[in-house]
Amino acid sequence: MTQPMISVRNLHKWYSGVHALKDVSLDFAPNEAVGLIGDNGAGKSTLINILSGAQEASEGEILIDGRPVNISNPRDAMDLGIETIYQYNSMVPTMSIARNLFIGREPLKFSLFGLGVMDRKKMAEESVQAIADVDLHLRSPDALIGELSGGQRQGVAIARAMHFKSKVMILDEPTNHLAVKETNKVIGFVRSLKEMNITGIFISHNIHHVFDCCDRIVAMARGEVVLDRRTNDTNMDEIMDVL
Amino acid sequence: MKRLVKIYMEKPELAALVLLIVLIIVFQIRSDGVFLNANNLRGILGILPEIGLMVIGVTILMICGEFDLSVGSVFAVMPMTMAVLMADGTPFYLAFLAGMAVCAAIGFVNGYVTIKFNIPSFITTLGMLFIARSLTIVISGGFPPLLPNDLPNWLFTVFVGPGDLFRMSFIWFVIIALAASLMMSRTNFGNWVRATGGFLPAAQAMGIPTARVKITCFMLCSMLAGFAGMIQVLRLGSPLPSIGEGWELQAVAAAVIGGTALSGGIGAVAGGVIGAILIRVIDNGLVLSQVDANWFKFAIGFLTIFAVVANSWLGKRAKAIKVET
Repeated sequence: MTQPMISVRNLHKWYSGVHALKDVSLDFAPNEAVGLIGDNGAGKSTLINILSGAQEASEGEILIDGRPVNISNPRDAMDLGIETIYQYNSMVPTMSIARNLFIGREPLKFSLFGLGVMDRKKMAEESVQAIADVDLHLRSPDALIGELSGGQRQGVAIARAMHFKSKVMILDEPTNHLAVKETNKVIGFVRSLKEMNITGIFISHNIHHVFDCCDRIVAMARGEVVLDRRTNDTNMDEIMDVL
Repeated sequence: MKRLVKIYMEKPELAALVLLIVLIIVFQIRSDGVFLNANNLRGILGILPEIGLMVIGVTILMICGEFDLSVGSVFAVMPMTMAVLMADGTPFYLAFLAGMAVCAAIGFVNGYVTIKFNIPSFITTLGMLFIARSLTIVISGGFPPLLPNDLPNWLFTVFVGPGDLFRMSFIWFVIIALAASLMMSRTNFGNWVRATGGFLPAAQAMGIPTARVKITCFMLCSMLAGFAGMIQVLRLGSPLPSIGEGWELQAVAAAVIGGTALSGGIGAVAGGVIGAILIRVIDNGLVLSQVDANWFKFAIGFLTIFAVVANSWLGKRAKAIKVET
């Protein structure tokens, strides 16, 4: 196997008495789309939160390109090329598309101690480009996120993740609350990650979606990995059994 | 054209601006042209900065999703701190810095306690309202000290401008309002404030230091309120411990009239400024129109509710205008 893009080694997480993650070790290859499934409380959200910097592991290490890294907040994760797309998307409804795309990473004309004047022209131009790149048809980057449909919002979230040239894209139940057509678009997007050499980690309750677009399936239950197979070597019945 | 209408209807400060213009016309007619003459404008513009500066801070804090009830008390404690220090022989500028430091500390405590213990800022700052007011009276010893004679009034309260139309404090107000407005619309910090108030989980997920952003807004709000209080004391020439009482609610009303949402994420400094002007205009206009001055609070109350209803109605109408996004 080639050098994994991202690995976790012996990851543990305790929440005051609850052992939510028990010695989880996984490797994700550069051009692999991995489906992560499991029931509520299986530990998949905990694993994802640790990778995206929302929580810290109690024990264990994370490696990117073989090097151990320290992820203690969302910014660390983003700086390392890990982008996360959330179920209740991480967009501010009262702000424009352009502003949402660059929250926390605004291009600045000049700055002092990290604070400065935003380059609004660049923000507008780049957001138009970023949106066009994911085949989303929105006329104005000044439209408020609150006016978009759920699918369009998810599209903007994907555009944001793509714009910042991620290495690892985590999609945390991105198809919840979406219409069928919009869901298919997201699934098509997960498939296309492969060509861009991006590792995709796709979390879903829906086993059909996972089979549709992932090369490999990892199932979790009670904080442990209970199954890790190539999609071709497994079937839905087997997965239902282990869950 | 349709697009333009939509954009303007969605601006939350629009309703207040229209109201302001209507009221100015009404008062001008009712007062037989006295309302807009130089003498009366001088009166309005001379007092406006005091509530206006407070409203700017309150507006920014509300956009950030928090709330400050202690601004009225901070308004009093800052100049009292200065007066006590100056009575002991401290030079004005040192006393000024000390006063601002007190405000910054109060703002920090407001923010830190609110975030650290995850309690509503309504509670924290309600407590601070009493604490700061009490401190004001305690440090004054119950008897406000006399101000020294050599105060830099030329910097804050003298009349300037064409026909001595406004005081220096008005220039401070305009500069600070512009700076605050640009900060909110043009800087990345402004973007963070709006994101933090608009949808906190999203701001956190994108790595914004939301706690620091909020505490900064609390501090900014307190410092502006204290600065405004100092200006009033310099204008009056005496540090009364009771100044600013009830202003915290007027400031919130002004921000809300100007289109700022209590829930955070929506609003503009310009709206708050319009709200503050409205309050001054109503106060003054009612008197000139020979209406019983006790209607003032009625008018403010009515306007607050009316502005919010009008804004929500306008927003709905704007949404109904079909323009492709």
